[in-house]
Amino acid sequence: MLKKYSGHPYVLWSGIFIVLPLLLVIYYSFVKTSPATGELMFSLEGYRTFLQPLYLKVFAKSVLLALEATILCLIIGYPIAYIIANMKPKTQKIMALLLILPMWMNFLLRTYAWMTILQKNGFLNKMLSLLGLPTVNLLFTDGAVLLGMVYNFLPFMVLPIYTVLSKIDKGLIEAAGDLGADHKMVLRKIILPLSIPGVMSGITMVFMPAVSTFVIPALLGGGRSVLIGNVIEQQYLSVYNWNFGSAISVVLMIFILLSMGIMKRYDTDTEGEMNLW
Amino acid sequence: MKKLLFLMLAGLLLVTATACGEKQVVLNVYNWGDYIDETILTDFEEEYNIKVNYEMFASNEDMYVKMKQGGTKYDVAFPSDYMIEKMVREDMLVEFDATALDNFKNIGEKFTGLSYDPDNKYSVPYLWGTVGLVYNKELVDEEDVMSWDVLFDEKYNGQILMYDSQRDSLAVAFKKLGYSLNSTDPQELEEAKQLLIDQKKLVLAYVTDNIKTMMLSDEAAIGVDYSGDAFQILLEGGIDKYGYSVPAEGSNMWFDAMVIPKGSEHVEEAKLFIDYMSRPEVALKNVEYVQYSTPNTAIMGDLSDELKSIPYAYPSDEELDHCEVFVDPGAFVEEYNKAWVEIKAN
Amino acid sequence: MVNSFRSILGSVFKNIYTVLIFTFLYLPIVVLIVYSFNASKYAVGWDGFTLEWYVKLFQDRAIMKAFYYTISVAVLSTLIATVVGTFAAIGIHNMKPLRKQLILNINNLPLLNPDIVTGVSMMVLFVFFKAQLGFITMLIAHVTFNIPYVILSVLPKLRQMPKDILEAAMDLGATPWYAFRKVIIPEISPGIVTGALIAFTMSIDDFVISFFTTGNGVSNLSIYVYSMARRGINPKINALSTLMFVSVLILLLVVNKRQGKESKKIL
Repeated sequence: MLKKYSGHPYVLWSGIFIVLPLLLVIYYSFVKTSPATGELMFSLEGYRTFLQPLYLKVFAKSVLLALEATILCLIIGYPIAYIIANMKPKTQKIMALLLILPMWMNFLLRTYAWMTILQKNGFLNKMLSLLGLPTVNLLFTDGAVLLGMVYNFLPFMVLPIYTVLSKIDKGLIEAAGDLGADHKMVLRKIILPLSIPGVMSGITMVFMPAVSTFVIPALLGGGRSVLIGNVIEQQYLSVYNWNFGSAISVVLMIFILLSMGIMKRYDTDTEGEMNLW
Repeated sequence: MKKLLFLMLAGLLLVTATACGEKQVVLNVYNWGDYIDETILTDFEEEYNIKVNYEMFASNEDMYVKMKQGGTKYDVAFPSDYMIEKMVREDMLVEFDATALDNFKNIGEKFTGLSYDPDNKYSVPYLWGTVGLVYNKELVDEEDVMSWDVLFDEKYNGQILMYDSQRDSLAVAFKKLGYSLNSTDPQELEEAKQLLIDQKKLVLAYVTDNIKTMMLSDEAAIGVDYSGDAFQILLEGGIDKYGYSVPAEGSNMWFDAMVIPKGSEHVEEAKLFIDYMSRPEVALKNVEYVQYSTPNTAIMGDLSDELKSIPYAYPSDEELDHCEVFVDPGAFVEEYNKAWVEIKAN
Repeated sequence: MVNSFRSILGSVFKNIYTVLIFTFLYLPIVVLIVYSFNASKYAVGWDGFTLEWYVKLFQDRAIMKAFYYTISVAVLSTLIATVVGTFAAIGIHNMKPLRKQLILNINNLPLLNPDIVTGVSMMVLFVFFKAQLGFITMLIAHVTFNIPYVILSVLPKLRQMPKDILEAAMDLGATPWYAFRKVIIPEISPGIVTGALIAFTMSIDDFVISFFTTGNGVSNLSIYVYSMARRGINPKINALSTLMFVSVLILLLVVNKRQGKESKKIL
């Protein structure tokens, strides 16, 4: 009984507060105020405008950046999740909290702090010159943007992976060792596959918000580029063209859901559940 | 642990519940962040026994979307010139005779009858300023700063900061080309766009409020900034090292003013608040805190020496000669935005 | 012999890596804290030690009010989201594939949508239902974007759980409720805790969605900070952040010590 009805409260909640607003967005994406009559009319103008090379280029760039950030987070984050998972249980909980604690400080403040660190006369260069090393010009480069994004998303990659790794049956690992597997093989054949659910969650929690991120590139990248998140925000606020803004959002939604769906095919689920997409 | 959680929860619910049930008049005031001396609000509350709910917004557009949709009845808001114009056109503001307010007489004449509110029926000016060049005197030749050309000069490659705002950056380009910064001519826009695209390789970054830290830590030599914001740099770093100028080609002159949004249920109290803000002693106290330029000419003589020493804080009419106030571009804002995306995407 | 050398090397690398990562994570925090004591308003150079920003912090009525709302919304929305989300994850875990995928995709929407879309569309929804924007609407919005994170944290643990463990427990005589409490919950508790932590984090730092779903004087710290975008961030915020950070650290130490004492008692 628990299994059957456990999800119902959420289905109701999401129906009202996620699906209804979604329908609103879809509605806006197909409706525009006619400049002539001032009345609402069906319009595909938003979608048509999005298909221009300019906006497609911006979109592609955003996806690419999100991919890079996600992959980096995975490469950097998996080892630390593994390390934490192998600590004493009491230490694990503290580490998990320490991992996420920086995120409780205001995002703008943290990003401005990075600017102070990375700028020409900033902390990093001061340290480097103290050590007699050449100074670097990191601020306002693509590197700085990636650094900022990894900084912002790393805990969301590490935590889900860690929670799964922490409860992998030690008996399995021992058994594998008894059967002659060395450490590398245990990692590859047992730990990695078993951690996939956590990895999937981590990728979900990083990639999806990363596609629509734009404040970090605006600050750490010196505002030199424009991303799809910028465009959407501008359409909603400055231009007040909700038709176009919503159209982009709908395309974004479909694209991300599709790509997540494709990625889930790599998910080792023994139930072989059928994917909607 | 569980008991602690439960107590916390109960405590929170209790406090939120008791927060309701007050009979005082409550004014919802909507202003920019850090744009008022907050002790003024307390003084106002004590004098009139009216409670002030103070909310803040980060941009005119944020404020506009909130107000257009409804959901909160704001009584006083502080939008900028072009936004006021837009809100008047969309019938979002309460009409009242601003000149009938007691303290309206303190507002300097040249700040009345402005283009966005010619009959003073909707607003009372609050603070104003210009957009100009803030520069490091040690790194920039002073003869260069009287023209926008300095921002396009190879000499300052990698030392230039532009403001990350489509209208402000386009305004610079328009003015340099000799056009109106309210231009809705596609050809002029195309030229401005191309100018900014070509400029991009010289620009260090497009910044907003962090222009202050960049200038003060010598990361950049020159930048575009709002006058009030630039004054912070001058006050902090000293007018020996930093300067502000309004180029001869002209620039933007901006006004933030107090309005009463339609839907306010306390129009009379709102007028009281607006009038209070224009009192000489209140305006003085405010200006000393915010350090922007005030339209309240009655207090000119009382300004501190520090404020009086800032160049262009109270420019002459000649210095403002080619300056224009922003006009709401209407549907043409889509073209502005597209141009801006193209500039950024290159 | 080689094995123990390898393991020493391995643990050295592990420690270095961990230190590097945490230095990376905390460097900006240290900078932030340092500048809260800086006499200069701008993060330029060290201008002398001062406590003025802390003094000004407590004199600022708006900040304290914003802080109160930030914490209360964060705590309440985390609690609600954790409960609803955990039950939802259990329900979703047991759904048929098609329905499961649909709900999961809907669940993803608050994550993948830009904040402005979520914020504006929820605002329109609230206005449509003639709700006054304020604490409740902001709370609802926060719960809505928090639940997906809880679900995403709990689901992997559910998948990791042995499938028939519930049946096994009931076969051994446990009632469904007892089995749920004593078997399932402990199995997935790391996921619940992680989900709650992430939810709290998202709530504390949210600006755009909060901005558009609140009103009538209710604000939060993020709105306060972002609205200073035109003017520049006042170090009062640094002071507040420092205080928040130090409080959590102290709380951590206290809880840690108490748990240490308890385990000693058992022994």
